[in-house]
Parts: sequence; C-alpha cells; structure tokens
Amino acid sequence: MSEHKELQVAALENGTVIDHIPTEKLFEVVKLLQLDKCTDSVSIGNNFPSKKIGRKGLIKVAGHFFTDEEISRLSVVCPNVHLSIIRDYKVVEKKTVDLPDTLTDVVKCANPVCITNNEPMHTVFHVIDKEAGILKCHYCNKEQHLDNIKLK
Amino acid sequence: MANRSIVSIADYTREKLQNLLDMAGEFEKCPNRDILKGKVVATLFFEPSTRTRLSFETAANRLGARVIGFADPKATSSTKGETLKDTIKMVSNYADVIVMRHKLEGAAQYASEVTDVPIINAGDGSNLHPSQTMLDLYSIYKTQGTLENLKIYMVGDLKYGRTVHSLLMTMRKYNSEFHFIAPKELEMPDEYKEYCVKNGIKYVEQTDFTEDTIADADILYMTRVQRERFTDLMEYERVKDAYILRADMLGKCKDNMKILHPLPRVNEIEYAVDDSKHAYYFEQAHNGLFAREALICDVLGITLEDIKNDKTIIK
Repeated sequence: MSEHKELQVAALENGTVIDHIPTEKLFEVVKLLQLDKCTDSVSIGNNFPSKKIGRKGLIKVAGHFFTDEEISRLSVVCPNVHLSIIRDYKVVEKKTVDLPDTLTDVVKCANPVCITNNEPMHTVFHVIDKEAGILKCHYCNKEQHLDNIKLK
Repeated sequence: MANRSIVSIADYTREKLQNLLDMAGEFEKCPNRDILKGKVVATLFFEPSTRTRLSFETAANRLGARVIGFADPKATSSTKGETLKDTIKMVSNYADVIVMRHKLEGAAQYASEVTDVPIINAGDGSNLHPSQTMLDLYSIYKTQGTLENLKIYMVGDLKYGRTVHSLLMTMRKYNSEFHFIAPKELEMPDEYKEYCVKNGIKYVEQTDFTEDTIADADILYMTRVQRERFTDLMEYERVKDAYILRADMLGKCKDNMKILHPLPRVNEIEYAVDDSKHAYYFEQAHNGLFAREALICDVLGITLEDIKNDKTIIK
C-alpha cells in the first residue's frame, strides 16, 4: 500500500518538495514561485489525501532549491506548507515557512490612492501581527489582512 | 548625512517634540531672521493648498531663505507623465529642502527615499499632515502651559479628519483624555479606537454636543462636517446643525478652555464665538508660521542652541 502511494509522483534525486499546500492555493503557489516559467522538471499534484487538511496539493521541483526570499513570498500565500530539501534521494533538510517581519514587493497595496499603485516602485509591507496575519503598508499606512491580499 | 526628512511626527519622542516646541517658541519671540540666508527651499504642491503653501513660504522667507516651487501640478512635467521620483531627483539638484504636498498617500515617504535632500511632508492625501499636528501641539502647549493630563474634546468629522487622527496618535504620550463627539456616520474609526486601547489612551464616545457635555474640556477641537461625506443625505440634514458650536454653549466651560479648528471653517463655529476669549483658531493658524519655521530648521540640522545663539535676528 505505501509503495503504491509513493508511485503517484516519482521520487526526486535532488530538488525540493513543497507539501501540505491547501488545494485552492496550489496554483497561486505555482504563480508565486514562477514555476510556469521554470525549465526544470516540475511535478504538480492536487487533491492528494492528507491526514492534516483532508486534501492537499504537492509540488516537486527537480534540481531546484528556493531562496529564502522565495520562501518568504510563499509564506504570504500559505503560511503552513512544508518544504523538504532532497539530495541524493534523501531528505536533508525540512523547513516550515515563516512569515517575515517585512515583505518587499510581494503584495499589492489595496489602497488605490497609495503611491505604490501610481509609481513604478516596490511595495513594502510590515507584518504587524503575525498570528492574525495583519500587514501595514510602509507608505500609506493602510492595514490589510493576509486573507484578502493580492500579489504583485 | 542621515536623511532628516519629516514624513510623520507620530512616533517622535517627548524630548524631540519638546525640542521642536521650544524652537517654535524662539521663533515666536523673533520670527524674522537671516539664519537660512543662502538656502533655497522648494515648495512642490502637486495638489493645491493655498493656506499650507503660504504658511511654509512665509516661514522660509522670514528666515532669509529663497523659495522656488509650484502651486499647481498642471504647470509641471507631471502632466507630461514624469514620475514623482524624477521630479524629486530634478528638484534635488536645486534646493536644500523640499516641502511637498501630494494627493497620493505615502508620496512623501517615497520621496524621502529617493533623495538625500530632506523632505517635509505638507500633506499626503488623507494620510499624514505633520506640520498641522505640530502647530496644533504648539497651540495646545502655549494656551495650556503643558501637554500633560489634558481633556481634549474632538467634534464633528472624526472619520475622515486626518488632523484629529494625527493629533490623537501624537498626544498618546501625554496621558490625555479624549472625548469623541460625532454623528454615527462620522464616528472615530475602529482602527483608531483599537489604537487607543493598545496604547492605553483614555477615551469616551458621545453623540450629544451640548453646553453640559463640553463643560469639562480643556481643548475643544472642532472639525467640519462635510455634506459629501454622507451616503445618506437625510442623515446629513438631520445632523448638520447638531455639531455647530454656538456662543451660548460656552456658559459652563472651563476658564482655560480654548477652541481649535484646522480651518477652513464653514458654519460649524458660529461667528459670535469669534469674540469669545475661548476662540483660538485664528491664533492657531498664526502659530503655524512658528511651527513651520521650526520644522524647516530642524531638517537642515539647525538646533535649538543655534537658534538661541542666533546673531542674525532682524529687529
């Protein structure tokens, strides 16, 4: 039985596995990490059974390791995913995704009269409450909730 | 040189605020000087604001600086599609200080990041307006002799009025007690009430505006209730006269009580109130000159000591 499960997606020799992605967030993660433009082998699976969240999405990227910045971007979309770094078929490192204190050029400001929506410039958000997921725009000071954000 | 821009004063320490108040006090004693001789102050008003612009330009002129700038963005390259960054970069080649007003929120913060020339925020949309807050603080300090333990009553449009929000945040360090008097549609937004709770600021909310409800105030901060703020015009008609300060409402108020208003006033303070000893709004606007003289000097690195030892005073 367990062998059969493993065959659903081929094992990686080297690369990264992103696990426990909420099914509705899967394609947001694909977009965020720009996997649609990635030239490495990418396996994307969805609706796999999960003990924790019922059903889950899963992404395997062969020969690719994400930067800390990419991982912090990921934290905005789904704060609870697991990352496994695979080298020579073994998990050498597991990471949980942490929301950083500051998000640079990840999120779009919801305020239409914010300078960031009217100039060719970066956005900067300060995470003022990690548990509640509240971000505050560095420029216009308007607050927004992680659940309602739009990515840049 | 570290960037000395003033984008917001809400997070200034008590010491820093006191320093600026003392500087403004010195300028009130002797407003005409040559301390900024040889300096050029640019006033960039991407959004027209005659009152604020004249006040800043007067402050710069009275300190001996020369002033360049524009009062209306229609006459500038921003209509040709020039970005804010490019305009600021260009003006940075000419001026020692940039005073700017912009309709977009966060514009002053961004400007301060793209240039080494200090920026003074003269208002960015409905976000911040620190020179107004500074003159409000100075007016309170001057009339009450202190900023500590005061009862400050804010009346009118507490939802959109950025001056009341800035004042509330800046006064949090002085153990003030706030009273918010506003119609339901224009009440203090939740985020500011939460801010009060988080920062231990005492506040009371009320909708009644009568002789009795304001009897205990040290400062009565009036604002304009604007028709265009209402979605329900029936509601506007119902409340528009309920937040007008009339002379006969001042019978029970404290001797030291002063009425402030960021101006322009429309009808929310009856003309008869102007003759009362409690009326202070015109002096308040005059204080704006001294407060802005202090802000311009501060961003140029001129200290309170420099101003006290200033040999350029024009008698």
